[in-house]
Amino acid sequence: MTKPRLATLAIIVAALAVIAFAGLSGALLNLMIFMMIIALAAQGWNILGGYAGLSSFGHAAFFGAGAYAMAVLQTRFGVNAWIALVIGIALGALVGAFIGFLSFRSGLKGSYFALITLAFAEVARILANSWNFTGGAAGILLKLQTGLPYLQFADRRYFLLITIGCVAIGLVVSWWLEHSRFGAYLVALRENEQAAQALGVDVFAVKMKAIAISGALTAAAGCLYAQNYLFIDANVAFGSWISIEALFAAIVGGSGTVLGPLIGAIVLLGLGELTKGLSGGIPGMDLLVFGIILVLSVAFSPNGLVMLMKSLGLRAPAKAKEA
Amino acid sequence: MYSPQIVVEALLNGLMLGAIYALIALGLTLIYGVLHIVNFAHGALLTVAMFMVWLVCARYGLDPYLAILVVAPLMFALGYGLQRFIIGPASHGKDNGILLVTLGLSIIIENALLAAFQSDTRTITTDYSFRVVELGPLLLSFPRVVGFGVTIATTILLWLVLHQTDIGKAIRAVAKEKLGASLVGISVPHVYAMTFAIGCACLAVAAGLLMPSFYVSPKTGAAFVLVAFTIVVLGGMGSIPGALIGGLLIGVVEAASSLFLGDSLGQIGIFLIFIVTLLVRPTGLFGARA
Repeated sequence: MTKPRLATLAIIVAALAVIAFAGLSGALLNLMIFMMIIALAAQGWNILGGYAGLSSFGHAAFFGAGAYAMAVLQTRFGVNAWIALVIGIALGALVGAFIGFLSFRSGLKGSYFALITLAFAEVARILANSWNFTGGAAGILLKLQTGLPYLQFADRRYFLLITIGCVAIGLVVSWWLEHSRFGAYLVALRENEQAAQALGVDVFAVKMKAIAISGALTAAAGCLYAQNYLFIDANVAFGSWISIEALFAAIVGGSGTVLGPLIGAIVLLGLGELTKGLSGGIPGMDLLVFGIILVLSVAFSPNGLVMLMKSLGLRAPAKAKEA
Repeated sequence: MYSPQIVVEALLNGLMLGAIYALIALGLTLIYGVLHIVNFAHGALLTVAMFMVWLVCARYGLDPYLAILVVAPLMFALGYGLQRFIIGPASHGKDNGILLVTLGLSIIIENALLAAFQSDTRTITTDYSFRVVELGPLLLSFPRVVGFGVTIATTILLWLVLHQTDIGKAIRAVAKEKLGASLVGISVPHVYAMTFAIGCACLAVAAGLLMPSFYVSPKTGAAFVLVAFTIVVLGGMGSIPGALIGGLLIGVVEAASSLFLGDSLGQIGIFLIFIVTLLVRPTGLFGARA
């Protein structure tokens, strides 16, 4: 398996930035911002679900933690947006550590881990929905204040740049995983936990670190979501939709790969928009397509689009030689 | 504080709703016990069954309880086909694959229903929907009393099928020792599909019992799925008596917590039980030690 080089990642990020300033229409800019937010959430999911093999069905817990930190800190305490962003990301890591501490200490994995993460996200959703501090069922509206200090821009291209920057950080984190001892531990854990433990890997510590990083990245996506749409409520921030989209994007793109989540998010949301357009606004058609793609990709390309492209790319020259 | 009568009534009604929960969980736990998979599409399949009951009743004026006789074979066939031709082949027998394929299926089903029926909620009103049964000084909801009785009957029937019929024996053999079962000539994919089919037929019964007093929308099943998982985990994954007792218990807990905490916060009791069970005793009350 060839790993992408840092230079390749830099080119991809630069290309995204160029596209951002290529005169996209407002709707396309919004779509691209949304793609980047989902890509970032999926990158977070990928650290835990892809590299460490611990599939979470409840990454909404982290996304919501970030989104609510961003909204509550700014509206209730007048905290600066950038500081709120940092606190939100830290909170995501903390929530990750909390859920991780409880679940990994009990040795949960596989479907049990998927179920408990789902339950944690649901508890968070119910709490946020009924607690006045978090705005209850009405949600929280953020104030519109444009300018760099407020992390809101009259020109949406600048916000898109910020999201691209965050995705770039996510890419670097994944790249670092593939080149570090820690990343090797994660993969060892995924392939055979007992063997990894027998070889002296501190399984619990490695998992804790992974879920904290994973939570932090997905929380960053939540922060950006709140800041972009300026409104959140419990069903948006902690709803199962985001757990599902983060998982889908990572798996369809290629779980356990550097570029998988980004490619998955772009392909999925792109296709989603396309079906929405083609089906003339029949509700649910885009998600229907997502579901079909997920089943098809598990059935026919379990390693995701990244690997599919690679294997096609490897096969093509071989055929050329024969001819 | 509430008067004792209100509390007892609420708890008893909760107990009987719990019976229907148990029926939903029964299919889930059976599928887990034999296939060792967590079927995430279970909630969506319940929605399908409820829509089928609704269609049969609204179109042909059949009684929802009688509709079970029509819908159960349909769900049985659907379940068989899904496992045999989609879930089995697509997941390559991998745990994670199954988890994702059933999750994908649940999203496909939910949104196909959304596209076909929009998100409106639909109900069936029967002349007994709001009837109450007097039990001494207590007033109990008639549909729930029926649900309770039918659940017990279905559980007994399921137990008999598993213990007295050939297919039941095959199912238990596969659950215990897959390789051994296939060596003595049992077709494992067929048994898997039959188990999945029986689980889906249980959902048809649950759907028929729910419809007179409940509504259906494409998202209805999602509301039940976590409750069903809680019951399965609490009762012990794969344990049929566990599912029955777990279901009754969860029904009571839900009734008590929504009585004392209010409807929106009431659901939290279930999830806390779920989390605590997973953390403290993931094998559940009746599950075998892993």
